[in-house]
Amino acid sequence: MKRASFNQLGLPVWLLLPQLVIIGVFFYWPAAFALRSSFYLEDPFGFGSTFVGLDNYNGLLASAQYVKVAVFTLGFTFLVTFFSLSIALVLAVKADKVIRGTRTYRTLLMWVYAVAPPVAGFLGVMVFYQGNGPMTEFLAWFGYEFRLGVNYYDTAAAMVAVATWNHIPVNFIFFLSGLQSIPQSVKEAAMIDNRSGTGRFWDITFPLLAPTAFFLLIINITYALFDTFGMIDALVKGEPGNNPMTLVYKVYVDGFRGNDLGGSSAQSVILMVLVLVLTVFQFRVMDRRIHYT
Amino acid sequence: MVHVALKNISKVYPNGVRAVHPTSFDIEQGEFIVLVGPSGCGKSTLLRMIAGLEEITEGELSIAGRVVNDIDPAERDIAMVFQNYALYPHMTVYNNMAYGLRNRGMAKDAIDAAVSTAATMLNLTELLSRRPSQLSGGQRQRVAMGRAIVRNPALFLFDEPLSNLDAKLRGQMRIEIKALQRRLGVTSVYVTHDQVEAMTMADRIIVLNAGRIEQIGTPAEVYHYPASTFVASFMGAPPMNLLPARYNGNGRVHLSDSVHIEAPETVDYSGDIKLGVRPENVGIVDRSHPDALHFDLEFIEELGAGRLLHGKLADSGLIVHIPHTDPIPSGDVYVGLPKSALLMFNPATGARL
Repeated sequence: MKRASFNQLGLPVWLLLPQLVIIGVFFYWPAAFALRSSFYLEDPFGFGSTFVGLDNYNGLLASAQYVKVAVFTLGFTFLVTFFSLSIALVLAVKADKVIRGTRTYRTLLMWVYAVAPPVAGFLGVMVFYQGNGPMTEFLAWFGYEFRLGVNYYDTAAAMVAVATWNHIPVNFIFFLSGLQSIPQSVKEAAMIDNRSGTGRFWDITFPLLAPTAFFLLIINITYALFDTFGMIDALVKGEPGNNPMTLVYKVYVDGFRGNDLGGSSAQSVILMVLVLVLTVFQFRVMDRRIHYT
Repeated sequence: MVHVALKNISKVYPNGVRAVHPTSFDIEQGEFIVLVGPSGCGKSTLLRMIAGLEEITEGELSIAGRVVNDIDPAERDIAMVFQNYALYPHMTVYNNMAYGLRNRGMAKDAIDAAVSTAATMLNLTELLSRRPSQLSGGQRQRVAMGRAIVRNPALFLFDEPLSNLDAKLRGQMRIEIKALQRRLGVTSVYVTHDQVEAMTMADRIIVLNAGRIEQIGTPAEVYHYPASTFVASFMGAPPMNLLPARYNGNGRVHLSDSVHIEAPETVDYSGDIKLGVRPENVGIVDRSHPDALHFDLEFIEELGAGRLLHGKLADSGLIVHIPHTDPIPSGDVYVGLPKSALLMFNPATGARL
């Protein structure tokens, strides 16, 4: 990388200013505002606010509903991450072996990524629609009545399925490029050392994919936690009722539907801390991870 | 005793390219065979077919009396050393060597013993707990050797194992590999494009060109009696001189209308030929010598141990190698082409007459 050196402080500050302003206005200022309002009880109609200290936080932790949503979010994140990573890995391993038509195959798989999460949500609604959704009809064959938006677990399953489906392409592309960066001769050396294809995969291929897999793990957790908002909104049609939702969606529901800005702010602060922890963890592990070169 | 037998082995890729034409040869027990040729001659494909990494299109391959065409690489009882070493980057040196043994169900103490014997042999004992990324090129090369040795296979395969090393290390490893192979007595097939490696290491050399065998023979045979102009010019640096000439069946070879010498042998052929002679077999002679030919000396290349004289003989380029102890010729130079060192080739087919 090229290194430029500046004699005075003025020019570099000027050059950085637009970036600093954007971060300040769009991130630090709202974050500080959220932090502040998490200590206040806001009047629903905007007629002033009362300082309540940690009451908003205490209220959240005492709320059975908040704990339920937190547990759901945990389970949702785990399932989405697990399925989207493992399915993508299987697809990538298969695609790596395809000799003809590799490009077509990859492009077809990538298309899904172009579907924005809310659109994915609507597609999910169509597929799982109670009246004549193909998936609903398919499950009805087996005698199961799938009730999206009515049955808690049915809705949760649809959310996991749509979120997983939507995120497989990214994982697939990263895994495929990870697989293709493993030298051919290393795979061949393994063929001479181990007759079992499965054994070779777990002993050689998988460890060499570990750096890619770890990176994707973080990306997928972040995706499941935060980026599924639009999909969930489409699936529960803005009427959560008894439906499952994630912590991020609850911030929106409580703050904008319930007009509880203080409680909602407290929830966002908790999420911010979560992101912070996740980021610190990622950098720690990334620094320590072994580079195979 | 025949150890490895190739019967009409050929390779045609799915796109129709024929990489190896039907090829047959036998390898004796304990023999060191070098496959040599320019890039794209099919030598690596041949080796990879023996290893089982490339499917054999036609023909039959047997190793230690067993036909292995349809047998997995892991079950062929072979070990291979790759050009870029192909070490497992996430495993220690110890595990790199032990991996193949574990998968064959060897007991832990037996693995320990095999690895430590190989490590001692290759001077790797201190490095057993390191990873490949912490090793130098030469050390990685030795680990790759170690991985092959611990297996105690029926056949060693080497795919240009020294081409990633610098010249000095290459010379040293050449000797080490050869000495090791002698000591272990394991039959080996070694692929290289470097004719020096081929000459110095081989019991027998197989010279390949465009997917066909040009010649099989000991290094001396291949060097002194090349079967074709291809072999003559591929082996040896500088290569054999190939002078355009005519042979009329009258026992004389005409280098030009006025310059002619006695033919090395009588052959049933007449017409244009290529007359081959190694640079070191051409002698500088006195003008009064009965077979003296005028040599138009153009320039001299100093090699230290000797000198290369570049010039023209009857208007064709000729290189003469003289020892450094000989005086540097100047003025009118005359050379003699000793009859015993001359070879005649068919210029159209390249084959020796």
